[in-house]
Amino acid sequence: MEREREITLVVNGAARRVRVPGRRLLSDCLRHDLGLTGTHVGCEHGVCGCCTVLLDGEPVRSCLTFAVTVDGSEITTVEGLAGAEGMSAVQRAFAECHGLQCGFCTPGFLCTVTALLRDNPAPTDEEVVDGISGNLCRCTGYQNIVKAVHRAAELIAEET
Amino acid sequence: MKPPPFEHHAPRDLGEALDVLAEVGPRGKVLAGGQSLIPMLNMRLAAPEHLVDINRVESLATLDLTPEGVTVGALARHAQVERLAGHPLLRQALRLVAHPVIRNRGTVVGSLVHADPAAELPAVLALLGGSVRLSRLDAAQGVVSREVTAADFFVGPMESAVQPGELAVSAYFPAPPEQSGTAFREVARRHGDYALAGVCAVVTLDDDLRITAARVACVSVGPVPVVVDVGGLCERRPASSVDWAGVARAVREETEPDDDIHASAAYRLHLVGVLAEQALKDAAREAALKDPAREAAGPWGSSSAGT
Repeated sequence: MEREREITLVVNGAARRVRVPGRRLLSDCLRHDLGLTGTHVGCEHGVCGCCTVLLDGEPVRSCLTFAVTVDGSEITTVEGLAGAEGMSAVQRAFAECHGLQCGFCTPGFLCTVTALLRDNPAPTDEEVVDGISGNLCRCTGYQNIVKAVHRAAELIAEET
Repeated sequence: MKPPPFEHHAPRDLGEALDVLAEVGPRGKVLAGGQSLIPMLNMRLAAPEHLVDINRVESLATLDLTPEGVTVGALARHAQVERLAGHPLLRQALRLVAHPVIRNRGTVVGSLVHADPAAELPAVLALLGGSVRLSRLDAAQGVVSREVTAADFFVGPMESAVQPGELAVSAYFPAPPEQSGTAFREVARRHGDYALAGVCAVVTLDDDLRITAARVACVSVGPVPVVVDVGGLCERRPASSVDWAGVARAVREETEPDDDIHASAAYRLHLVGVLAEQALKDAAREAALKDPAREAAGPWGSSSAGT
C-alpha cells in the first residue's frame, strides 16, 4: 500500500483537507480528489498549459507540481475566478471577443491572463503574446485571445 | 502519464535534507522546481525510489548579488532571477528558458543539475567560468561542501558532477569583466522550446572599441556546453573589421552536433556559426554602449568605427 499524506490546500478561498500519495499531481488532486474538473489536463508534461492554476497568486502548471509539495498553499482554479457579481473581467472579455471555441484550453488561458494583467495592467501586443506563449489553443488561431486580453485590460481599467 | 510511486520526503532544513539524501543515496532524487523532473516522471523516463523535496528548505531560496557576481540558491526560481537587475546575461538567457509560467516554478540550480545539452543556463555558467556548490553529510565530518567549476560540473548529456547523497545548494555566476557586453541568440522550432542551436557570448572592449577578449558558449551542438575562446581571432580589432567568417568557422570546428528528429547535424553546424557571429556582434554593441562618452560619439558599427 502506497503511503498517503494528509495535506491542506486553500482552494478558491476554502481550506480543503485531503489524503494523497506523494505522486499525486496537483492537477489530479484538484480534479479527482476535490472534484474541481474545471482545471483541464492536456499533455501532462508542461507543454500545453491547460492545467495552469494560480499557486499563491502565481500561475503554475498543476501537472508539473505535486500536491504534497504545495501543502498549506493557496490555489486558485478557474472555478475561483468569478466573484459574487458574476464572471471576472477576463472571463467576460474572452466571451465577448470569441477568445474560445471548444473551451478545452480556456481554464489555463484564464488563469494565466488573470495573473498577467495583475502584474502588467496595460500590456503591449508583444507582451501579451509572450505572456500566453506557454498556452496552446488549437481552435482560435490566437487572434481573438490576444484581443480578449486587451479587452480584459480595458474592462479592468474601467472597473477600478 | 502518471509518475511511478516513490517515497516523498519533505525536509524542513538543510541538515535534514542532507541527512535524508545520505540515507537514500543513489535511490534518491532531489525535487526542486520539478519542471524537468516531473515530466520525466510522468513519462516514466525516471523512477527514483525516493524524492527529496527541498521546497520547504527556506535557507536555499536565496539570491545574493555583489559587483563580483551573483550567487543563486537552490530554490531561487527562474522568474526571481530573471527580475534581478545587475546580471544582464542571466536575464537574456532566462527569457529563452521555456515559458513564463514554467519559470515561475523552475529553478536555476535545477536547470544546471539537469545538465540538458540544449539548455541555456549551463552555457551561461560555462561561459562565465562559474561554479556550483555541492554539500553532503559525512558520518565523521558532518556537512562537507565542495565547489565545482563549470568545466568539471557538466560531465555529459543530462549528467552533472553531483554524486549520490550530494545536494547542489547554490551556483555562482561571476559578473562579466568591466567594459564587456553579453548576448544570447538561439533558434528554436517553437517559442520556448529547446534550441536547435544557441550561442551566448561575452565581448570585452578597450577604450578605442577594439575587442580585447571574446568568448562564446554553444548549446545543442555537443554533449555539454561548448566554450570557444575567439579573442585571438578578433586580433584586437573593432567589431566592424573582424573576420567574422573566420570566427564562425573556428566555432564550428569546436562543435560536434548530432542528427536527430529536430534537425540534421549539418544544419546545426550552419546555425551555430551564424548565431556565434550574431551573438558576438550583439555583445560588442552592448559593450560599446556601456560607456556614455562613446555613446555620445555615435552608434557602434558606423563606418568610421572600423578604420
